Amino acid sequence: MSTDLTVEASTAPGVQAGIEETTAPAEAPPTRRTSPVLRTLLAKVAPMFAAIAGLAALWYAVTYLVLGEDKRFLLPPPHQVFGETLGRPEIMQPMLAALWQSVMVALAGLVISVVIGMAWAMVMAQTRLLEKVLYPYAVILQTVPILALTPLIGIWMGYGIAARIVVCVIIAVFPMIANTLFGLQSATAPAHDLFTLNRASRLQRLLKLQLPAAMPAIFTGLRNAAGLSVIGVIVGDFYFQQGSPGIGGLLRVYTLRLSMEPLFLAIILTALFGVVVFSAFAALDRAVIGKWYGER
Amino acid sequence: MNTTTTTATLALSGVTKRFPTGTTALTGVDLSVDAGEFVSVVGPSGCGKSTLLRLASGLDEATEGSVDVDAGTTSYVFQDPTLLEWRSARKNVELIGELSGLSKEQRRRAAQEALDLVGLTGFEKQHPRQLSGGMRMRVSIARALVAEPDLALFDEPFGALDEITRLAMQTELQRLFRLKGFAGLFITHSVAEAVYLSTRVVVMSGRPGRIVAEIPVPWEFPRPPELRFESDFAHLVGQVSAALEEHA
Ligand SMILES: Nc1ncnc2c1ncn2[C@@H]1O[C@H](COP(=O)(O)OP(=O)(O)O)[C@@H](O)[C@H]1O
Ligand SMILES: [Mg+2]
Repeated sequence: MSTDLTVEASTAPGVQAGIEETTAPAEAPPTRRTSPVLRTLLAKVAPMFAAIAGLAALWYAVTYLVLGEDKRFLLPPPHQVFGETLGRPEIMQPMLAALWQSVMVALAGLVISVVIGMAWAMVMAQTRLLEKVLYPYAVILQTVPILALTPLIGIWMGYGIAARIVVCVIIAVFPMIANTLFGLQSATAPAHDLFTLNRASRLQRLLKLQLPAAMPAIFTGLRNAAGLSVIGVIVGDFYFQQGSPGIGGLLRVYTLRLSMEPLFLAIILTALFGVVVFSAFAALDRAVIGKWYGER
Repeated sequence: MNTTTTTATLALSGVTKRFPTGTTALTGVDLSVDAGEFVSVVGPSGCGKSTLLRLASGLDEATEGSVDVDAGTTSYVFQDPTLLEWRSARKNVELIGELSGLSKEQRRRAAQEALDLVGLTGFEKQHPRQLSGGMRMRVSIARALVAEPDLALFDEPFGALDEITRLAMQTELQRLFRLKGFAGLFITHSVAEAVYLSTRVVVMSGRPGRIVAEIPVPWEFPRPPELRFESDFAHLVGQVSAALEEHA
C-alpha cells in the first residue's frame, strides 16, 4: 500500500528493534541473566533514545557552533527551552490543556475515520461494480491537498472543534478505506469456494471470512490513520482559531509573538504526540495480530 | 425387478465444459461414482480434473450434458488445506456447523469427534501456523468429514506433502473411507496413489479432457502398505501409466 510509505519512515528504529527481538533470543544461549522482558523493552526503546540523543547533539551543535551569538535566539539550546518553560505554570498550563484538547480531537477524528473507512470498504467489497463506482471518491479525497480544502471547511463548518475533526477525518480516512478493502479482498478463491459450498450467506461470508482475513490490513490502516490524524489535528488547530486553542493553535500564537522557548517546547510536544500515537498503534498491531494467528 | 436404475451417488453424462475464454476443458465425459466406491482420476495437468470436481460439487456448471448428485451432503477437500489462519484447528472444523446453524454444543462435539478421527486429539487449540503440512491437511479432512458427507471430493490433497507424510496420509484416508463409507472422487497426479486408494482408476486424456480408460482395482480393503511392493500392484500401475502416456 502506497499510503504506508508516508508514515512508515518514522518507525524505522522500532522496526529494527523488532527484528533484533525475534532473532537474538533464538540464537544466543542464555549466558547473561537479564530478564527477557527487560531486554526486549530495552532493545525496543534504545534506538529511539539514541535518536533523541543524536537530535539533541545536533541541536546543541547548531546553536553553539553554527549560529553566532546575535542569531542564537533563533535556536535556543535545549536546556534553555526546558528551563524557561517547564517550571512556569502560566506557560505549561495552557500548553498542556491545548495538547489534551488536540489529543481528544485527533482521537475523535480517528474513530470517525475508522467507522467511515471500514463501512465504505465493506460496501465496496460487495461487488466489483460498487468498487468501481465508489473507489474514485476515496482517491479524490486522498489526492486533493488538505490545505486547499481547509478554507472551505472553515466557511462551511465554522472555525471551531467540528471543523478540526473534519480535517482529521479527511486526512485519515483514506488509509482505512484502502487497507480495509485490500484486506477484505485478500481471502483466497478456495476459501470463498468453501463458503459457497456450505451455502454461506453474504453476511456470514463477511463476518467469518472477509473481515477476519482483513484484520492485519485493518491494523496497518489503523496505524497509518492514527499518525495522519495527528497531522490533521495540527493543521486544523493551526487554521481554525475559534474556541479554545489546540496545540497547533499555540504554535501559531508563539510564532507570531516570537516566543522561541514555548514554541520549541510546543514543537517537541507535537512530535512526541505523533511518536506516541504511532508507536502505541504499532504495539497494538503486533499484540493483536500475534494473538490472531496463535502465538508460536 | 428393475435393477438398471440403481441411483449413483454422482453421475456425469455427456459433460462438456467450455469457459467464456474459449478454453474447452472437458468433452463428452461420462462418469459415475456409486456408494461404496472410491474412484481416482489421473490425467495430464491442465486436462480439466479440477474442473470436473467443480462441476461435481456445483461450484461451476456444465456447458453441455448433465451432472446428477444423489447425496445429502457433498464435501470438498482442496489442494491447499484452505484453513482459516485465525481459527484454531477445532474452530476451523466447527465452521461447517456454524454456517449450517448447529448449536454450539453440537458443532463442538462433532468437531472434536472429527479431529479425534484424523488423529489430532490434543492439537485442537493449535492454529494452522503452528501445525505441520500433514497436520493441516488432517484438519482439512476433518472439516470435510464433520458433516458426514455421502460424497467426498478430493482435489490432489496430498500433492504438496513430502513422500513419507504422503504415504501416511494415504493409509489414513483409506481407513476413513472404510469407516465412514462415503463415495469418494479423488484427483491425483500419482498413479501409485490412485491404484493404492481406489476401487477404480479413471484415466483422462490431455485437454480437452475425455475419459480414455477405466481400470478397476481388485483388492479388498484394508490394503496393507506392503501391497505397493507386490508385482500385481506394479503391473496395475504400469497399465494405468501406459494408458496415460498413450493419450497425453
Ligand atoms: N475459470 C476458468 N476460466 C478459464 N479457463 C479455465 C478456468 N478454470 C480452468 N481453466 C482452464 O481449463 C483447463 C483445465 O483446468 P483444470 O481443471 O484446473 O486442470 P487440471 O486440474 O487438470 O490441472 C486449463 O487449461 C485451465 O487453464
Ligand atoms: Mg487441478
